[in-house]
Amino acid sequence: MNLPAKFSFEIPEPILAWMGSAVKRVELSGRFIFYLREIFQQMFRRPFRQKILFQQIEFIGNQSVFIILLTGFATGAVFGLQIGGVFTVFNAEGMIGGATGIALATELAPLMTGFLLTGRAGSAMTAEIAIMKVNEQVDAMEAMGVHPIHYLVVPRVLASMIIMPFLCGIFMFIGVVGVYSIGVAVFHVDEGVFYEKLINLVKPADIMTGLRKMLIFSFIIAAISCRTGLAASKGAEGVGLATTNAVVRTLIFILLADFVISYIEVRWLS
Amino acid sequence: MIYFQGVSKAFGSHVVLDELDLDIPKGKITFILGKSGEGKSVTIKHIMGLLKPDKGRIIVDGFDISDYSKDEVRLYRRKFGMLFQHAALFDSMTVLDNVLFPLREHTVMSKKSMLSRANEVLEQTGLPHIKRKFPSELSTGEKKRVGLARALVAKPKILLYDEPTTGMDPLVCEMIDKLIVEVGNTEKELTSIVISHDLKAALATSHNIIMLYKGKVALSGSPDEFRSTKDPIVRQFFSGKIEGPMEFF
Repeated sequence: MNLPAKFSFEIPEPILAWMGSAVKRVELSGRFIFYLREIFQQMFRRPFRQKILFQQIEFIGNQSVFIILLTGFATGAVFGLQIGGVFTVFNAEGMIGGATGIALATELAPLMTGFLLTGRAGSAMTAEIAIMKVNEQVDAMEAMGVHPIHYLVVPRVLASMIIMPFLCGIFMFIGVVGVYSIGVAVFHVDEGVFYEKLINLVKPADIMTGLRKMLIFSFIIAAISCRTGLAASKGAEGVGLATTNAVVRTLIFILLADFVISYIEVRWLS
Repeated sequence: MIYFQGVSKAFGSHVVLDELDLDIPKGKITFILGKSGEGKSVTIKHIMGLLKPDKGRIIVDGFDISDYSKDEVRLYRRKFGMLFQHAALFDSMTVLDNVLFPLREHTVMSKKSMLSRANEVLEQTGLPHIKRKFPSELSTGEKKRVGLARALVAKPKILLYDEPTTGMDPLVCEMIDKLIVEVGNTEKELTSIVISHDLKAALATSHNIIMLYKGKVALSGSPDEFRSTKDPIVRQFFSGKIEGPMEFF
């Protein structure tokens, strides 16, 4: 049998490129896992930076309240209009409060609050840290023996996890106020019926489901935003790119997490 | 004080430090010179523990820092002060808060003692009047001086200057060079390491000069030794001419 003296096999260029990109993604995922581990480790290390924590709570919370109130009311009102239109066909306008209440508590409020805070607070976190990174301020911190994750990331993650679920609660409440306004003013629903259906249909567990989701979303927002900021490079262009990337990545991760949490709750917990 | 023993470092196939041996004396001003890409910044990053050598040992104060863990490196860095090329002041803090930062992070001093120490270094760098200003309100020279005050405040054993005069006008350059000498004279125990391209400043202000070329020491010695050397690489660097034995990439 004649065998070739030397066997050579060339991998086609597109497959090589795809393999290179896959390896890079695996590497990035690995780094992100190490980053998450570092956040948890640094959370329990001294000193506890309460001044920065309160500054961040004020920045994320107080300065986001107006946009949350506005969007919450508008979302509730529009959703009420749409649902009310459908319920009118079945003469069931009284259900408007209960139906929209459940949707707001379990899905709309955490998702909308997550999206809003990604744009409002997450992008600001990324931009601030990215500017510090490209101006060597993060390097200066490292040079002074201060861990950037301890100083910059941990207070932001904790502040987000404290205040964002609270903002989500505000969104839920003001969303119901929006639905109520439309129900009473447009569909002439009796106030008593509205409250009765709302209280009967929306259980505390639904509200807890929404808040639990928001707690996870808030971690995602802060962790991804800070990480993308810390990885920024190439001056002003890099800051812009990092901010855009942070928003896009956070939104994708929020949607993925929402699906996973909803799946777990529906299939296993309910 | 600081010894590099056969230190090699490569990034991919690009060898930056090639079995580098160098010796930085304690309590002196040492300039590390070399053209861009010769490994000056990589050397300083090794001294600070920001990079680990592929091969060789780095001995600082009698301790081999090459094998330090991340936490050990962070503790070790507390003996350093560093003046960055663009000062790297924290934008969100006032000058005073910037200067207080290392003390707040690493000491248990009372507020009064911290303020007193901060005022002392601000006086030393000639900036007692701008404590309440933010970095965006300062000139380039003032930023550098605040950066120096921040680097000095925690009484470091080693002070690193990363290209302190690059891109500055001649007056600011001279002011910074004078400050380096003044600080070196005031703090007798302080070891100052300056990364620079500025040969004139090196000859005027240093006790010791190390010139790097192709990842190795081309020449190490006093300013007088540098002035009198016949080494063609050093002579070409002195003359600033492209023609000569020095390779450009």
